[in-house]
Amino acid sequence: MRCCRPALLTAPLLLTACSGWQSSLDPQGPQADFLAGLFWVFTAALTAVWLLTMAALIVALLRRQSARTEPLELDPRAERGMARAVGAAAALTLLVIVALTVVSYGAQRALFSGGEAPLTLQVKGHQWWWEVTYEDPLPSRQFTTANEIHVPVGQPVNIKLKSADVIHSFWVPNLAGKMDAIPGRENRLVLQASKEGVFRGQCAEFCGWQHAHMGITVVAHSLEDFARWRESQISAAEPPDDPVRKRGMQIFLSKPCVMCHQIRGTPAAGKVAPDLTHIGSRLHIAAGTLPNGRGNLAAWIVDAQGIKPGAHMPLIKLEAEEVEPLARYLEGLK
Amino acid sequence: MKRLLPIAAALVFLSACEREDREFRPSPVAGGGDAAISLSSIAPGPGPAETRGDTGKAYEENAYHLSEGKRLFAWFNCKGCHANGGGGSGPALMDDRWIYGGEFQNIVQSIREGRPNGMPSFRGKIPDELIMQIAAYVRSMGRHVPMDAAPGRNDDLMPRPSEHRLPSSPAVTRGTVPPSGQAPQ
Ligand code: HEC
Ligand code: HEC
Ligand SMILES: [Cu+2]
Repeated sequence: MRCCRPALLTAPLLLTACSGWQSSLDPQGPQADFLAGLFWVFTAALTAVWLLTMAALIVALLRRQSARTEPLELDPRAERGMARAVGAAAALTLLVIVALTVVSYGAQRALFSGGEAPLTLQVKGHQWWWEVTYEDPLPSRQFTTANEIHVPVGQPVNIKLKSADVIHSFWVPNLAGKMDAIPGRENRLVLQASKEGVFRGQCAEFCGWQHAHMGITVVAHSLEDFARWRESQISAAEPPDDPVRKRGMQIFLSKPCVMCHQIRGTPAAGKVAPDLTHIGSRLHIAAGTLPNGRGNLAAWIVDAQGIKPGAHMPLIKLEAEEVEPLARYLEGLK
Repeated sequence: MKRLLPIAAALVFLSACEREDREFRPSPVAGGGDAAISLSSIAPGPGPAETRGDTGKAYEENAYHLSEGKRLFAWFNCKGCHANGGGGSGPALMDDRWIYGGEFQNIVQSIREGRPNGMPSFRGKIPDELIMQIAAYVRSMGRHVPMDAAPGRNDDLMPRPSEHRLPSSPAVTRGTVPPSGQAPQ
């Protein structure tokens, strides 16, 4: 028993990687289904090849050769047999490679052949967060948010990927494959969720100090819930009604926050950092680094560099009594 | 003796392990540090006059601060008026001609307090540390910072090579001042 403890302990750890909110082996949409299917076909084929090779090797090692009197003499029958075996193995290898190529090509075509999707988003990678813009033919219905994407279940969503600085890669394993976001270029990706749920995505191309803290959350809703969410995001921020939050708003507007952040409905119109118009409605802050909530908002405002060293949100010196109203104000921006 | 050589070589390599500090997190106490660089007695707000320290060095010789300054120069739209240093509605910043002085402290003050003929004040809008990063970057446009620290990459079309490839010009810190610049100082 003692001998196997480490193995017994690690096996479940490996298995946990097979399901959950960030796993390509737990596909939740047609694109991810294709990829998971491909994964299993490849794994099965390559496992079979590996087992066959190992079996052949073991047979070869175990088979006894009768000692030959003349070592250089060739036995034509044995030679012919071996030539046939090698020929068959080479042909089989070629066949396996061609078959896998065809399967992979077919899946790729299926993935990228998607027609027009009813919903188009722009996702722009920044060091180290994601800017998300929901396109709409009516400019007044277009809006920008950050680090969280909401999608309707059962509908393909067209994603235009861009980058503001360096190369990032957008990867939501449960819903689709990876796609790079490259400066000066627009890449496209289609994803679709077939069930309601919350999925985690991650930047998959090393992009600097806080690459590991560059997550994105995808929330899949029913059509009605999605429409409701979209309407609420289109609207500007509601002005606060209680005195503490009013004071929080004043503090926000009088500090450098407005140079970087936008809150629609207020004079804050910065465009270089996440839009905070509805920050209170998001599940996480700072690109999946912390769960959202008043405490974490306050912690982030006071010490963003302690939480995410190197992030482009600077330390802003605040008086102790300014922090809580500010955090309450942001928390209430539903 | 024979062993000494590899050991000495290893020590030489180890010296490469020293790495520039990146200071992400200045002291978070409110009040302290603000107006650490305040020069002229006409500066609005509190703060001692005439503190000519060499605080600029910490920013000018640090590649991280300079590259942050380069990013912030675009973020806070200095480009809108000064282009990429070549000048637009605001004066050029890459030449050696300064209206209000080209020392680190002068530039910090130009940014923080503004200047009468159209340079807005960024006091309270940009935290002090960032102003100093931007000022150090402005100095790098005129090649006043060490070459190995100067930013080495242009993301946009620029009228000039990136800062670390600028031809080294004589470090004239006080060029002639045009008449329009004879404003009260
Ligand atoms: C120099 C620009 C800048 C200033 C000034 C600034 N921020 Fe930020 N802020 C950022 C950036 C960049 C991020 C994204 C950081 C990341 O996740 O890597 C951010 C993130 C945030 C977030 C999390 C947003 C999200 O969707 O996850 C909050 C909340 C926030 N800032 C509040 C504030 C407040 C309050 C102030 C003023 C006291 C402020 N910021 C000042 C640049 C700035
Ligand atoms: C609205 C346009 C505008 C913006 C934005 C602006 N400037 Fe200026 N700047 C000017 C003008 C105009 C002057 C000349 C002022 C004068 O002569 O009194 C100036 C002067 C300066 C000077 C002094 C130059 C000298 O010769 O002494 C510096 C340094 C400077 N700006 C840096 C910056 C930086 C850094 C930023 C970004 C944070 C910035 N400016 C943003 C318009 C602008
Ligand atoms: Cu990354």
